[in-house]
Amino acid sequence: MDFAAELSKYIPMFAQLSEGFVVTVEIFALTLLFSMPLGMLVAFGRMSKIRLIRTLAKVYISVMRGTPLMLQILVVYFGPFYMFRISMGTGYRFPAVIIAFVINYAAYFAEIYRAGIESMPIGQYEAADVLGYSKAQTFFKIILPQVIKRVLPPVTNETITLVKDTSLAFTIAIAEMFTTAKQIAAASTSMVPLIGAGVFYYVFNLLVAMLMERIEKKLSYYR
Amino acid sequence: MQEKKVLLEMNHVKKSFDGVEVLKDISIQVREGEVVSIIGPSGSGKSTLLRLATLLDKMDAGELIYLGKKAAEMKEDKKGEKHCVYAHKSRLRQMKRYFGLVFQSFHLFPHFTVMKNITDAPIHVAKVPAEEARERAMKLLEQLGLEDKADAYPQQLSGGQQQRVSIARALALQPKILFFDEPTSALDPELTAEVLKVIKELAREHMTMIIVTHEMQFAREVSDRIVFMEQGVIVQEGTPEEIFETSNPRLKEFIGKLNL
Ligand SMILES: Nc1ncnc2c1ncn2[C@@H]1O[C@H](COP(=O)(O)OP(=O)(O)OP(=O)(O)O)[C@@H](O)[C@H]1O
Ligand SMILES: [Mg+2]
Repeated sequence: MDFAAELSKYIPMFAQLSEGFVVTVEIFALTLLFSMPLGMLVAFGRMSKIRLIRTLAKVYISVMRGTPLMLQILVVYFGPFYMFRISMGTGYRFPAVIIAFVINYAAYFAEIYRAGIESMPIGQYEAADVLGYSKAQTFFKIILPQVIKRVLPPVTNETITLVKDTSLAFTIAIAEMFTTAKQIAAASTSMVPLIGAGVFYYVFNLLVAMLMERIEKKLSYYR
Repeated sequence: MQEKKVLLEMNHVKKSFDGVEVLKDISIQVREGEVVSIIGPSGSGKSTLLRLATLLDKMDAGELIYLGKKAAEMKEDKKGEKHCVYAHKSRLRQMKRYFGLVFQSFHLFPHFTVMKNITDAPIHVAKVPAEEARERAMKLLEQLGLEDKADAYPQQLSGGQQQRVSIARALALQPKILFFDEPTSALDPELTAEVLKVIKELAREHMTMIIVTHEMQFAREVSDRIVFMEQGVIVQEGTPEEIFETSNPRLKEFIGKLNL
């Protein structure tokens, strides 16, 4: 049997699969990139002195955490059409997925940040105040670096959940990994692509976990 | 001899929490070079007084004056009612240069080294050149017997060392007055001694200090004046001799209890 010929049968399959990988990684990276800062903003809203802002942030967080992400993806994707009769076209698929992921994860990050900020002892603020630090200096120099260290473990958990959640993009048939893997599997009646996808997710998670561990180590210069 | 300049003046200070009056018409003056100890039972309002003096809290009524400059004063509104009005934020921020505060539980910044704890505020708040700030910090560390700890993080130090670092942190901004709120209450006796020694040295160098403490022997040795507070009022105030030979039964009882 010609081994090369046998192998070449899989080439288009892996090409297609790797396209899915790329989309997965894109969803992952873009979601983190936007949801982490947005989460900080929401956390500030949640702790605002102004009651209206506080309530809005609270409702936002509770809705985002209390409804399935899959549903949120569908609402963001189909919402413009059903609500305003605006047809967004298939080019909107990917942005819709990103928007849904970002607003969902921002809510989770916001709660993590808030818990981190509120766990800071008041003495740190008071010491900074007496030394003459401004509010901004106090937050960015004294509070934030300590909060980052404190929230790293829950942020890691969220990040790993995000890797798995990327497969939800499936719901609106974006050319995402599992989708691709399934299509390929159906066409070639082989388990190979599904296993390939499984291996990909596993390795991806492993890499993320390793990276987070590295960051955690880096931040352990003080206890 | 000419009277020394008054650095701090608090006049007719009142403060309530949730309708309960914690400070009732307190007045106190501190002159340059003076060491004043504040003693009194738990809940008498000692910490509250320091928090008002260091602008961590705002008083309900009264005046707060540093070096003749009013941080807070009583002003009449249109209806003729008097209110305690604080100076503008930027002015208050300037006035924070006049004093430092040493906390009972240190409140060092755990993510900064000892050196950075001491130099960061001078560099970024007081705008002292970095090199000068470091030299100043090194000198302070030597003075406090911590010269080998510059690169350590606070958690690697004993409580006594941490408290000495926090004293150095406060001194690095070259305040005119240093407040201490029970600086040794979180320390065991051995570590207490090393911190008290540092404060005594500062007293010898005529650093102006206001010290809330339960260490009676220390207060007696170090103070020019002792203030006895109870239930939000100053019951008695005088030289250590006057305080320790008091005829006031409440003060007698208080000192007696702690001297057991
Ligand atoms: N932020 C606050 N909110 C409500 N009550 C307060 C607050 N701070 C202080 N108090 C109350 O004010 C009173 C005086 O407290 P303060 O801490 O000044 O006493 P203290 O003399 O320093 O006592 P100790 O020796 O125990 O430190 C206490 O009854 C305390 O419960
Ligand atoms: Mg107290």
